[in-house]
Amino acid sequence: MEPDKPFSPEEDPARFQKEGALTRFARNQLATLALILLAMVVVLSLSTRTFLTATNIFNVLRAFSWIAIASFGQSIVIISGGIDLSAGSNMAFSGIITAMLLVEGVNVPLSIGAGLGITLLIGFANGLMISKTKLPPFIATLGMMSIVRGFCYGMTQGWPVRGLPRSFIALGQTDLSFFIWRVPVPAIIMVCFAVLVYILLDKTKLGYHTYAVGGNEYAASLAGIFTGKVKNIAFTLSGFLAGVGGILMTARLGVAAPTAASGYELDIIAAAVIGGISLTGGEGNVWGALIGAAIMQILRNALVLLGFPAYWQPAAIGAVIIGAVMIDMYRKKSI
Amino acid sequence: MSDTTVTNEKKEPIMALQGVSKYFGGVHALEEVDFEVYPNEIVALVGDNGAGKSTLIKILAGVHQPNRGKILFRGEPVEIPSPRAAQALGIETVYQELALIETRDVPANFFLGREPTRGTSGIFVDRKKMVEDTVRTLKDLGIVLPSLRTLVRYLSGGQRQALAIGRVMPWGGKVIIMDEPTAALGVREARKVLDLVLQLKEKGCSVVVISHNMRHVFNIADRIVVLRGGKKAGDRMKSETTPDEIVKLIVGAEML
Repeated sequence: MEPDKPFSPEEDPARFQKEGALTRFARNQLATLALILLAMVVVLSLSTRTFLTATNIFNVLRAFSWIAIASFGQSIVIISGGIDLSAGSNMAFSGIITAMLLVEGVNVPLSIGAGLGITLLIGFANGLMISKTKLPPFIATLGMMSIVRGFCYGMTQGWPVRGLPRSFIALGQTDLSFFIWRVPVPAIIMVCFAVLVYILLDKTKLGYHTYAVGGNEYAASLAGIFTGKVKNIAFTLSGFLAGVGGILMTARLGVAAPTAASGYELDIIAAAVIGGISLTGGEGNVWGALIGAAIMQILRNALVLLGFPAYWQPAAIGAVIIGAVMIDMYRKKSI
Repeated sequence: MSDTTVTNEKKEPIMALQGVSKYFGGVHALEEVDFEVYPNEIVALVGDNGAGKSTLIKILAGVHQPNRGKILFRGEPVEIPSPRAAQALGIETVYQELALIETRDVPANFFLGREPTRGTSGIFVDRKKMVEDTVRTLKDLGIVLPSLRTLVRYLSGGQRQALAIGRVMPWGGKVIIMDEPTAALGVREARKVLDLVLQLKEKGCSVVVISHNMRHVFNIADRIVVLRGGKKAGDRMKSETTPDEIVKLIVGAEML
């Protein structure tokens, strides 16, 4: 920044809204991410025979949709300056509550409603702990992760819940026809939630306040924003969206295991971080999380297709997380 | 306090503190301070570090509540429990730390916490109005920024200061409070900020400004209030005092 330039009033006021297309592109982390994703797709399509088949693509879509949905909620929380470690446990818990009710003969909508309702309340409890008792989000949700996981084991006595009705399983396993494609239902639900969260964050007052609280909480409160309320809503939505992901996961797997989604909170957070959502808060958007989740899943898929031993997958994913964040930091500094 | 001279006897103050004290734990940040702001004047608030300047303006701005004493606004006793309550009264504040969101662009900072909404729902932000109003105000004030879409992170110190001052303009505030608006600015940028302060006065506002820079104070202020150790050490019209006298009041006569 040249210190002299900005204040010469004789300067062309038209400079206000103009900015080079190249600068905008480089500043746009989404463009960078989309390019990486595209490069991965191209390389895999050329180097393997199986990648670009409809079956494989839809398997990838199906597999990452529930992680992606949970990571949309995580994105809201991270943008507001927090972190939600209880997301994986919440996914398992919404599935277990729903499955237990279904096995008792309760109808599908009511069971799903109960499963989502309970994770929504867990999210709200996270929010209260963080906004009212000022617990650091890391601690509050770390505790909640363990509490909820304990409920998963306790309520099922450690046994998976089986025998789910076909009408429920269909939610995770059906494909809908779009022109010539058959698109998995979870992928459609994922896109719907992506659009909803995008509108929430980018177009609403609440979204503006979420970015403000994450960007500079003190400044936000001086501007009269109710920061506690904003955080509360963020954590509540994260609980709810993890619940949605958990129900889709359960429907896909056909069984609700108390160990399900163990360690997924890290995948969920990683998807957001790879997608350019800064852990320091106030930055990033839902499309980044979507692309981040896709990159992670395609990477997993690629390692399998390329004959890479499955045991080594976590190492590759870890390297990608570190690389992605380093590139993002470098990009921000260099502009 | 015998030092205090009464000024502006004929006019009613728009805002006044009467016998205000503020404690933080055992620390007496302010003790029995009287402070007035008259319509359409620039008051400079000066004093050494820890003299209580920031505490005083944070009481005016609704960030802190006094432990004792009264706040009067247009002659009526009021409580200012929050920054929002201060804004509702017509008190706008430009904080020393500027209170900008570095990760957001210019219009989002311009309307921080008060985003206009479309229709009657109050849910959806009216981005078009935000951009138009931001452009209009910045042009009015002769502030040039590289691009509205620029994140505040990429703005220079002077640009940030101009944005922080510019954004209080459209709200029709009657009292504008500024905490060290020229600190950490180059000569040109400081000059520009002082011009902005004078423009605010021309538009009919009262301005309370904290500054350590005697030249800036004597350039723009109508009246100078000195705090020392949490107490008011002096209250002078600019025309009746000199920088030397003010400095003496700031450090305390016993030190010279």
